[in-house]
Amino acid sequence: MYVAVKGGETAILNSYRLLAEQRRGNADTPELSVQQIREQLRLAVDRVMTEGSVYDPELAALAIKQAAGDVVEAIFLLRAYRATLPRLGASVALDTARMQLDRRISATFKDLPGGQVLGPTYDYTQRLLDFTLLANGQQTAAVPAATPTTEAPAFTPRVVDLLNHEGLIETHEVPQGDPAPVDLTRTPLRFPADRATRLQNLARGDEGFLLAMAYSTQRGYSHSHPFVGEIRVGTAELEIVPEELGFAISIGDMALTECEMVNQFAGSKTEPPQFTRGYGLAFGHSERKAMAMSLVDRALRAEELGEPVEAPAQMQEFVLSHSDSLEASGFVQHLKLPHYVDFQSELELVRKMRANGAGEEPQ
Amino acid sequence: MTTATTEYNFAYLDERTKRMIRRAILKAVAIPGYQVPFGSREMPLPYGWGTGGIQVTAAVIGPKDVLKVIDQGSDDTVNAVNIRRFFQRTTGVETTTRTADATLIQTRHRIPEAPLAEGQVMVYQVPVPEPMQRLEPREAATRTLHALAEYGLMHVKLYEDIARYGHIATTYDYPVLVNGRYVMSPSPIPKFDNPKLHMNPALQLFGAGREKRIYAVPPYTPVESLCFDDHPFEVQRWDVPCALCGATDSFLDEIITDDRGTRMHVCSDSDHCHSRRQEQQPQAPAPRSEPEQALA
Repeated sequence: MYVAVKGGETAILNSYRLLAEQRRGNADTPELSVQQIREQLRLAVDRVMTEGSVYDPELAALAIKQAAGDVVEAIFLLRAYRATLPRLGASVALDTARMQLDRRISATFKDLPGGQVLGPTYDYTQRLLDFTLLANGQQTAAVPAATPTTEAPAFTPRVVDLLNHEGLIETHEVPQGDPAPVDLTRTPLRFPADRATRLQNLARGDEGFLLAMAYSTQRGYSHSHPFVGEIRVGTAELEIVPEELGFAISIGDMALTECEMVNQFAGSKTEPPQFTRGYGLAFGHSERKAMAMSLVDRALRAEELGEPVEAPAQMQEFVLSHSDSLEASGFVQHLKLPHYVDFQSELELVRKMRANGAGEEPQ
Repeated sequence: MTTATTEYNFAYLDERTKRMIRRAILKAVAIPGYQVPFGSREMPLPYGWGTGGIQVTAAVIGPKDVLKVIDQGSDDTVNAVNIRRFFQRTTGVETTTRTADATLIQTRHRIPEAPLAEGQVMVYQVPVPEPMQRLEPREAATRTLHALAEYGLMHVKLYEDIARYGHIATTYDYPVLVNGRYVMSPSPIPKFDNPKLHMNPALQLFGAGREKRIYAVPPYTPVESLCFDDHPFEVQRWDVPCALCGATDSFLDEIITDDRGTRMHVCSDSDHCHSRRQEQQPQAPAPRSEPEQALA
């Protein structure tokens, strides 16, 4: 006789074993090391660190290995690990004007203080499969050693600061007392959310989701006229002020991608026509993410700038409640769980409705 | 009883996090049916799979608790097994499948058939804590509606069902009014279970991890399923008894047994069904425990 599904525990343990086998693949192929992932799948590592909200390339690489390359699953692993970590302190605000730059481009000025530095980018690669990589050969042309034409300046002014000299771009005063932002990982998101909270949410947000949202703002779903003021990729020094010392000490360097988007703004009753800003920041080299984030940040500022809120990308609740890959992936995939009881209820209901409505045309 | 894994704190969460959750629970108990926001953590299980219930359980569980975990009424479905294993690993507490023996019951989508007793705690996994979310997706708006006890939206929805179908077409996650004040989602339990919420001697806690809300129904709190005078609330009934234990008063799942449409109906509450079958056997191997007899 049929007895409702038993043996769940054995099934789960077997599934662990099968998963481990599948992850390892053919045992004749050498196993991938965490170090290899860290060095050679760098951009995946950067994405996992950014959305996982932990700057730790080694753990991110481990998560990618454990997740067999499923980046969203790797982000989940890193986030669950992060949730148990104690908070030791808060850093001093990063000074990205003093970044050691690997790449820095502006789409608004042909040349500018600090210069344009193309650096490593896929932008101008011709997307032809490189079969020498398949043959495990060396790259056809050896890359010449990076030789910066000038020594990288310690201070590279931001484009938005240059515009600010003319008063053409909005400025944001540091609020009185420089209050600490809400920590979204400790305090639940409430609406309306202020900009610091929104930016935290976007920084952790799924790259694909933000990309699509950002794209929608370029296709008429909100009116933005964005220009890349500047993208900079490089490393910045992270400093903390330990209470017992009372002065800042450096605890290391972080690789970052920062994007400042400059948007036209026609002005309002209280503000003259000027340029407004959208901001994006991501760990490592994550330009797509930083750009998408800055476009969505700007779109979400519609209300404070007195613009009509009409498009999804401008709606806080729509964007911020759906940006997190853990929440989205978990809830979408929970549909795999048994729903026998709910389905049974619906089954009865549909039968009842069909019986009642026999002969009648449905509305 | 299994020995607990020692790499993590008892019940996985650190004590500060537990304290934060307990504060939210206390507030929830003080305001029955009100959704208390809390700093939901990323658990090692996915959002949508019971993280809210897991966090509530982790915050209230003690070494002497006896834990039961069910999913769709059954102790043996994979998600129930997985959550039970999680707490076995992280707490080492005793677990049981018997409703009467449990001090703490975590559930998804069902309330056990056996009546609960004073001192027991029910923890519900909640996917969508906001009962009006499908009518008004903006949280800022529904929060105001709750504050004003303005539940017209919900009544209009139920009325429209009646106008269109002749009856209310909500069969699970059927909205309730708690203590005459807050409209609450009972979680996706079948409406069959709704009457069990009312004046229940057990403490009922609801955790929504992804949506970061906790709410509660304290013992002996009135819980009323929304309805109209001329369309009173009704629960599902079956024409057939359970094919295994013969119960006529339990929620039955339909099981398809072949490809020619043959089906059988069996209790969704696997412990209830199993206990009844044991009782029916002349030489029942295990005598019933005292609390269960008292409840029978």
